[in-house]
Amino acid sequence: MKPVRQTIKYEAERDPNFAREIAAIPGCENLPSCFQCGTCSAACLVSTFMDYTPRRVIALTRSGFKDEALRCQTIWLCTSCYACTVECPKEIQITNIMYALKQRAIREKVYPKGFSIPVLAQEFYKLVLKRGRSTESWLVIRLFWRTNILKILGMARLGLNLLRTGRMSFRADSIRQTRELQRLLEAAEAEKGMAK
Amino acid sequence: MRYAYYPGCSLKGTGKAYEESLLSVFRTLGVELHEIEDWNCCGATSYSSVHNSAAFALAARNLALAEPLRMDLVAPCAACYLVLEKTKRYIRNHPHLDERVRRGLQAAGLRYEGNVRVRHPLDVLVNDVGLDAVRAKVKRPLDGLAVAPYYGCQVVRPYSTFDHQTYPVLMDRLLEAAGAKVVRYPLKTKCCGGSLTGTQPDVGVRLAWFLIREAKKRGADVIATLCPLCHFNLDSYQDKIARTCEKVSVPTVYFTQLLGLAFGHSEKSLGLHRNIVSAHAALASRSLATAG
Repeated sequence: MKPVRQTIKYEAERDPNFAREIAAIPGCENLPSCFQCGTCSAACLVSTFMDYTPRRVIALTRSGFKDEALRCQTIWLCTSCYACTVECPKEIQITNIMYALKQRAIREKVYPKGFSIPVLAQEFYKLVLKRGRSTESWLVIRLFWRTNILKILGMARLGLNLLRTGRMSFRADSIRQTRELQRLLEAAEAEKGMAK
Repeated sequence: MRYAYYPGCSLKGTGKAYEESLLSVFRTLGVELHEIEDWNCCGATSYSSVHNSAAFALAARNLALAEPLRMDLVAPCAACYLVLEKTKRYIRNHPHLDERVRRGLQAAGLRYEGNVRVRHPLDVLVNDVGLDAVRAKVKRPLDGLAVAPYYGCQVVRPYSTFDHQTYPVLMDRLLEAAGAKVVRYPLKTKCCGGSLTGTQPDVGVRLAWFLIREAKKRGADVIATLCPLCHFNLDSYQDKIARTCEKVSVPTVYFTQLLGLAFGHSEKSLGLHRNIVSAHAALASRSLATAG
């Protein structure tokens, strides 16, 4: 028998500040004006695979259901194709809201277990912070190292094909001014006055 | 005609053939590209999944490096093109963000005044060079070659600076100027799967399959793309698509490779030998294959 669980939330369980914090991020300002028409979900190619459709993610975020919004798979399945954003009749930039939720989920370390997309995003972030450029082969190796190293065998054929056609190298690309770039990123991330 | 050039990471790696064909087509048309010194990754979709203002600052460094050249900045990769254009707009419209980006640039001894115009090569070819000038350089028209014009998402969305956001036509016109037969392709701006092909193949590979299946159904000999990630997904996963969805094979090439063929360049000089699903047989069937 399935364990009995609370399926409907009390109003008091919502985070009253969550919607305001998300809407304060540049590009997310129109979040409160959603009238739940569902055009975003219809425009989305991936919504058939999502645990919450984009319309529902917007409703959860706007109502302060922070846990559901941050822990869902939907935000990580968004490919940033902007189909929802250009169709939204209220000009809500849904793709940007998805980015804001991803940033918050990573900051609070609440992304779904076993999902490699947030791992990829963080490995990409680290690689670019270190070298200023992204090298696909390095990124893929790091990703599988952190998720499922055996899965890399399934990529062997693709890797060989890319090597054969001269499209992959194991030499990590880098810019010259990596120190300057790191200072730049640090200063942009720091709250005012905290920049080192 | 002179432009600053931002290649982006993919054009130096998996999308090498895009750079090779772009440079040779631009050379033929007398368009000069000046690669900006020590450019960095644009951040693509991953960096902005981790940090917001740092993602904009990362992209802004490239704008700051390009600005002193006083030329429009050409970005061929769809992700780079969008990130640079978006960054430019965001720091103009959001003072708080602008202040953070400014602070970041300053820490690296840079500044950006907001004067760089970001351009995609398709825009440059149609609106600056012009279809007549392109036609004048055609030596070997792509007679009878049926092409599915695939634009993907980020060049036309959300900003649609030079073409329609769901039903663009400029690549259609350009390929017709090169003599190709452009087929009706209603999926032309649907997503290729992005990075989901690698991270969630059950979702991503399916999206790529839809696009290839539709191209086949429409009678396309090849699919033309203008983005290195679209090209990667449509070219590199066809064996996986055959295993998990359906055996359907259509070669995918860059629009610049087709243009280069029409200008009389060899397959090798255009990087066509780098395809995993070779376009050679499809080209040969229309008597367009070249020796090298």
